[in-house]
Amino acid sequence: MPDRPHYYHQHDLPRFGEIERGAPELARKFFDWYGAVFAEGTLSAREKALIALAVAHAVQCPYCIDAYSKDALEKGSNLDQMTEAVHVAAAIRGGASLVHGVQMLNHVDDLGM
Amino acid sequence: MARVLPTLQKQGAPLADGAAQRARLADIPVPRSFADALRSAGLYPLRPTQIEILQINVGKRCNQTCRHCHVDAGPDRTEVMPRAVIEACLRFLQRAGIPTLDITGGAPELHPDFREIVTRGAALGAHVMHRCNLTAILLPNYADIPELLAAERVEIVASLPYYQARETDAQRGEGVFEESLVGLGRLNALGYGRTTGLVLNLVTNPVGTFLPGSQAALERDWKRELKRRYDIDFDHLYTITNMPISRFLAFLEARGRTADYLSMLANAFNPAAAAGVMCRNILSVGWDGTLYDCDFNQMLELPVSATVPRSIFDADLAALEAREIETGPHCFGCTAGAGSSCGGAVA
Repeated sequence: MPDRPHYYHQHDLPRFGEIERGAPELARKFFDWYGAVFAEGTLSAREKALIALAVAHAVQCPYCIDAYSKDALEKGSNLDQMTEAVHVAAAIRGGASLVHGVQMLNHVDDLGM
Repeated sequence: MARVLPTLQKQGAPLADGAAQRARLADIPVPRSFADALRSAGLYPLRPTQIEILQINVGKRCNQTCRHCHVDAGPDRTEVMPRAVIEACLRFLQRAGIPTLDITGGAPELHPDFREIVTRGAALGAHVMHRCNLTAILLPNYADIPELLAAERVEIVASLPYYQARETDAQRGEGVFEESLVGLGRLNALGYGRTTGLVLNLVTNPVGTFLPGSQAALERDWKRELKRRYDIDFDHLYTITNMPISRFLAFLEARGRTADYLSMLANAFNPAAAAGVMCRNILSVGWDGTLYDCDFNQMLELPVSATVPRSIFDADLAALEAREIETGPHCFGCTAGAGSSCGGAVA
């Protein structure tokens, strides 16, 4: 086993395609679909890159943050737009926690007097 | 007045020297050589299609000091194309029947004979293009130039890396964006970008170590945002990849990113872009009359093949069109992704 002091390595990102080693047909389907998802459509490729950047932060994937920071810049987005996208992700994450507070309130109401 | 920085030459930096740049690039491992990449595309040795553009670099003086500048241009540069070279360029343009005269620099306006080059080029029937940084035309002694360009129907290719200040100023110097808007407004007021025959194209280089995105998609964004924010109009947006030479190479070296950047370019090699590279239809003339395959080779001090006359004074069209084009690892900059040229993406 090569020496890998961390779980995440930047140089592993370009090796993503190697995932086909185990299940080539599934990998092919995934990468075809992935490519189609990010193609220019009703949403522009630039808008899709911003969504991807926001989701990358929501799922806290360092590979995706690396890839879509660069992709968003290449597609013509700027720091202001990218930061707003990250705030959207953060707001949904924060809001998702907070809205569960209603469940807490329901329990409190059920259990209380 | 926008901020300016000393050029590499003024700093005495080793990378001010073209041969030193070539030596540094040759030291960097890439997945395959540019010649091998061309071979894989059936394009080796690379030869011209037909020379359609005579691009003359009239000197390295500029009022800006952009961080990515492949010329290492700036106010402290003194190279200026002499009269004899200008005459030889115009003679060759006429004799060879080359349809387009592309004037670059530096800021070409700062050449004392810029107005005459424009007028005489147009009088010869050439389509004249002027590479404009949008702020030299605001300087007191050059404020008449936009009217001259409009009168001669000169196509303007103007640099504007982004449609807002932060990115533009990061590349071109603090305050440049606001001044560029004034320049654009002046050109629009003359009809540039708004009237048939007065063509105003913009050029964007990425503000960083990444490739430009889709030229068509970026053009839509630039048009929408410049119109909405500043009521600015233009015709087309050209995307140009940052070349790993001169000041951008110095920037990459300072960040320790030269090898990564060159690998990114090499891995993005596109055979279709290689087939359309600008060196196949352009002849580049240096300020001293030396001939080059392109403005990038010019800055690397890599003249046209030694098999042909290398000076505008004895330029031979037939020999030039049959020559082998000089290439190196930097050429991956023109063949990455959708490709890159003085006219933007090529594939």
